[in-house]
Amino acid sequence: MSPLVQLAAEEAENPLIPPIPELVIGLIAFVIVFGFLAKKLLPNINRVLEERREAIEGGIEKAEAAQTEARSVLEQYKAQLAEARHEAARLRQEAQEQGAALIAEMRAEGQRQREEIVAAGHAQIEADRKAAASALRQDVGKLATDLAGKLVGESLEDHARQSRVIDRFLDELEEKAEATR
Amino acid sequence: MSADPTQTLAFDTSCHLFDGCGFDTVAPGLHSFLFEPLWGNADSNAYFNKTMLLALLGSVIVVGFFWAAFAKPKVVPGKLQLVAESGYDFIRRGVVYETIGKKEGEKYVPLVVSLFFFIWMMNLWSIIPVAQFPVTAIISYPAVLAGIVYILWVSLTFKRHGFVGAFKNFTGYDKSLGGVLPLSMTIELFSNLLVRPFTHAVRLFANMFAGHTLLLLFTVASWYMLNGIGIAYSGVSFVMVIVMTAFELFIQAVQAYVFVLLTCSFIQGALAEHH
Repeated sequence: MSPLVQLAAEEAENPLIPPIPELVIGLIAFVIVFGFLAKKLLPNINRVLEERREAIEGGIEKAEAAQTEARSVLEQYKAQLAEARHEAARLRQEAQEQGAALIAEMRAEGQRQREEIVAAGHAQIEADRKAAASALRQDVGKLATDLAGKLVGESLEDHARQSRVIDRFLDELEEKAEATR
Repeated sequence: MSADPTQTLAFDTSCHLFDGCGFDTVAPGLHSFLFEPLWGNADSNAYFNKTMLLALLGSVIVVGFFWAAFAKPKVVPGKLQLVAESGYDFIRRGVVYETIGKKEGEKYVPLVVSLFFFIWMMNLWSIIPVAQFPVTAIISYPAVLAGIVYILWVSLTFKRHGFVGAFKNFTGYDKSLGGVLPLSMTIELFSNLLVRPFTHAVRLFANMFAGHTLLLLFTVASWYMLNGIGIAYSGVSFVMVIVMTAFELFIQAVQAYVFVLLTCSFIQGALAEHH
């Protein structure tokens, strides 16, 4: 009989009776596997799986966030652009109004100055005319009396001055001229 | 029968059909599951033999594999990490989440994953050249694993339901049973607390034991019949070796799967409200 068969005959007739040393080694072997897997390796991979899930879902979320941001920025730009346009229009309007006011003011000023000049001119002309008229009247009166005195042969100067004949005559002449005009 | 314990093969290679040597002298039996200690004395409890070596080596291989895959895991996995991940995910989602649920099951994922890959490795030794022995065909190994699961689910039951609740859980207490309730409770108690851990361990053990015996039988027979006309039968037997090896490969995975599936079902039963 071989030792194997002897062993079989003596000890392990019933293969369902567990030998103790194998129990111990089996426990140790399993605890080694469980220890490494439970304490280090599986938490490791769980972390990475979680990271991967986040990377995938996070990527989608990030893309969505970027899209939303882009949209909001676009809205903002559009709003700003509209505001800028509005502002520009307003400024143009204001400038136009100011320009118009300025032109109107200038025009009024010009008008006023023109009128002043015209009025001054008129006054000057009137004064000149009056001076000329009075001078003329004196000269004409003198000339006429001189002429009349020469014609009459005697000086009528003092008498004429006193009687004011010449003035009356001239007034009549003027009136006639006024009437014919 | 070999008289030389140093011989590497488990049977007498000089024994053939038609040589006046009976098959019973080479046929596999219980002795095929016994090993001379590599160290120590078989009579004492201090020895170290082939199955222990394979068990420890197997756990080193499992840890080594997962270490290589998960020690520095990357968000974008390499090939090895991808393989390990799919295995891990299969047990986590396909077994634990399916039976216990995601919320309650998460805690037990490491245990169940460890159990599955450990058992699978122990079973795989059956067809790995040179080793060629399923460690789980020694009752001690399934027994210690079933024992761990048993302690876990029984203590979970007490923790979750208190003493009376746990008793009701074990006995399948149900008032509507009426008169048969005492009988039913006795049977349930017996079935749950005594038979369940036993069958849990023996299911794995017996499958591996039978598988190894079959492989041995066909292998030994192929060699034994390799003489004269027996060569034809030997060929058939050898084909059976190939077929059975492939079948064992399948059974090894299935038995590891069944073991963890039952584990989850026990845990789920312990956590569930009694019905």
